[in-house]
Amino acid sequence: MTPTPGGASRHPLKGAPPTARQSRFHGGRWVGNPRSAESLESVALPLLAMGGALLLFGAFVWVGGKSPVDAWTLLFKGAFGDWFSWQNSLQRAAPLMLTALCVAIPARAGLVVIGGEGALVLGGLAGATLPYVVTPPANAFGSALLLAAAGVAGAGWIALVGLLRQRRGVNETISSLLLAYIAIALFKHLVEGPLRDPASLNKPSTRPIADGLLIGGIGGSDIHWGLAFGIAACIASGLWLFQTPSGFATRVVGGNARAALLVGLPGTRLIVVACALGGACAGLAGGIEVLAVHTSANAALIAGLGYSGILVSFVARHNPWAAMPVAVLFGGFGAAGSLLQRRMDLPDASVLVLQGFAFLLILASEALRGRLFVAQAKPGAAPSVAPVAAQAVS
Amino acid sequence: MTTTELVLNVLIAVLGGAIRVGTPFLMVSLGECVTEKAGRINLGLEGVLVFSAMSGFGGAYLSGSAWVGVLVGGLSGAALALLHGLVCSLPRVNDIATGIALMLLGSGLAFYLGKPLIQPQAPQIPALALGDWSSSAQVRSALQVNALFPIGVALAALLSWGFRATRFGLVLRMAGDSSDAARSLGYSVNGIRIAATVAGGFIAGLGGASLSLHYPGSWNEGLSSGQGLIAVALVIFARWNPWRCLGAALLFGGAGALGPALQSVGISSGYHLFNAVPYVLTLAILVWTCSPTRTVKGAPAELGVSR
Repeated sequence: MTPTPGGASRHPLKGAPPTARQSRFHGGRWVGNPRSAESLESVALPLLAMGGALLLFGAFVWVGGKSPVDAWTLLFKGAFGDWFSWQNSLQRAAPLMLTALCVAIPARAGLVVIGGEGALVLGGLAGATLPYVVTPPANAFGSALLLAAAGVAGAGWIALVGLLRQRRGVNETISSLLLAYIAIALFKHLVEGPLRDPASLNKPSTRPIADGLLIGGIGGSDIHWGLAFGIAACIASGLWLFQTPSGFATRVVGGNARAALLVGLPGTRLIVVACALGGACAGLAGGIEVLAVHTSANAALIAGLGYSGILVSFVARHNPWAAMPVAVLFGGFGAAGSLLQRRMDLPDASVLVLQGFAFLLILASEALRGRLFVAQAKPGAAPSVAPVAAQAVS
Repeated sequence: MTTTELVLNVLIAVLGGAIRVGTPFLMVSLGECVTEKAGRINLGLEGVLVFSAMSGFGGAYLSGSAWVGVLVGGLSGAALALLHGLVCSLPRVNDIATGIALMLLGSGLAFYLGKPLIQPQAPQIPALALGDWSSSAQVRSALQVNALFPIGVALAALLSWGFRATRFGLVLRMAGDSSDAARSLGYSVNGIRIAATVAGGFIAGLGGASLSLHYPGSWNEGLSSGQGLIAVALVIFARWNPWRCLGAALLFGGAGALGPALQSVGISSGYHLFNAVPYVLTLAILVWTCSPTRTVKGAPAELGVSR
């Protein structure tokens, strides 16, 4: 549910007077509650768009002479068909939650940041190379140190985007993507050059991380503890944004920068902090990928997880809590990609095509907002207060 | 080889590369210029570039003619841009977000449909040998100019004149500077913007064809990494002026050619860093031209990116 400004849910026992906002009979007909219609809509619209994207994808596959029903079946089998695919999906969902936050948190402050990939690779590099400088204890504390280094690297990188926008007026969408390309070049240069482990012959990597520092699976499964980090980060950032004064201030800045200025909010500081928090999440994603999957920093880290996070955040309408299920869904589609490739001989880019359709339809579905369920509401009562996230979308 | 010769060789390679690498920059920035003059940003030109590179290559491969490929590239770029134009015309849909979606969709479609095109060879766009007067092999090879480059220069001239002196150019600029004015004169702002986006997509599509049919001259999934996006930033630097777009494209082409030029004379350490020069340059120029307090000079008033 997307909380709306000024629409904190009223406690039913506190005797709040019935207002025009509640569903009731009026003039002999049922008048829907505009607010519940709004929240119903914020669930229904993305579902509708996802359904449309699946339909389009089916049509696309069908034009290529393959059975769309087979493709849909495999897509869900590969994502959520059995325990094995569930593990695979959840493993992929963990970094997506974190990279989605790198879009969602700045978006709440009014910035469209799409360079999470850069923070991710630099975070991974920082985590993998901290042992070059200091020797961390080979236990959970040591892992935490490496992850902290990863988060700090990512935070600094995206904070730069916020600073450039506030100090120099540089468009954050363009600068964040440029910085992502620069980060990837830097990563490749350092991994193939100064920081390379001489023992890595075919695949240039940094020195492997000590076994004691690696992140293992939860309860013997393939799902690593990174998932717990992802969920914790999503819950915490949601709580921060919706339940704390500074989170509220950040959303005010994102919703109406002029109003924020008038009431004396420190706009620049809030924006830079939001960027740094988002970047820290993406950097953490990189650190987790290194500690749980790759065991050293190498080119395998540059897998587009940062870009998929953009889609996850937009589908979740920049709501950190909604980002969790959406990340699982897209993690699942990613996991199903190889199944589509093996069984139906579809190119590995088929998941990218599905993502592209989903992204476009999610944005197009904004046009239906306020028209889906409010037809039965009182004229004039149609919700005009869009959640702050919509400011960044529309 | 002496140091002077070495420097000279790198310099010639960079100058030649400025045209070779700069042609796609020129096309995409001209396309973006048309779109932005009408008041919309199409960040998706990156996706358009990749998609049209693939389809242009496919068109040339299947038809056996490079020019058919160029046309197919342009048309497929226009088709993808049409999607952007239509979706952005819906109420409450943001053009920057749609551009990001188009980036993803364009590369997804290109990678999907382009799988069978990675191996084969396609006929190439002919090169104009402008360096035949020279006896130096380096100069001759540097001045093998892409036949699309003069077309791009002509386009820049046409657009510059068109924006200034034609009715269509005036209407286009009006939609970009004041949609209210355009509406009050009875023009459909969305219609104008869709037309401008499609035209921009066509021009950018020519740049895509230049990538896959001239330099580097083959189709693979790493063909474009951000050139389309750099071109969007470049339009800000060029202050929405087609002639300045030409200069900026050459500058960025030269910066992009620096890495390969150094590699060709045997300097390969820091290869990745040299390849990142265009991105750093773009960022530096954005920092230099933008300001938090005023809009960039020459910016269409309805545009969000120059805020």
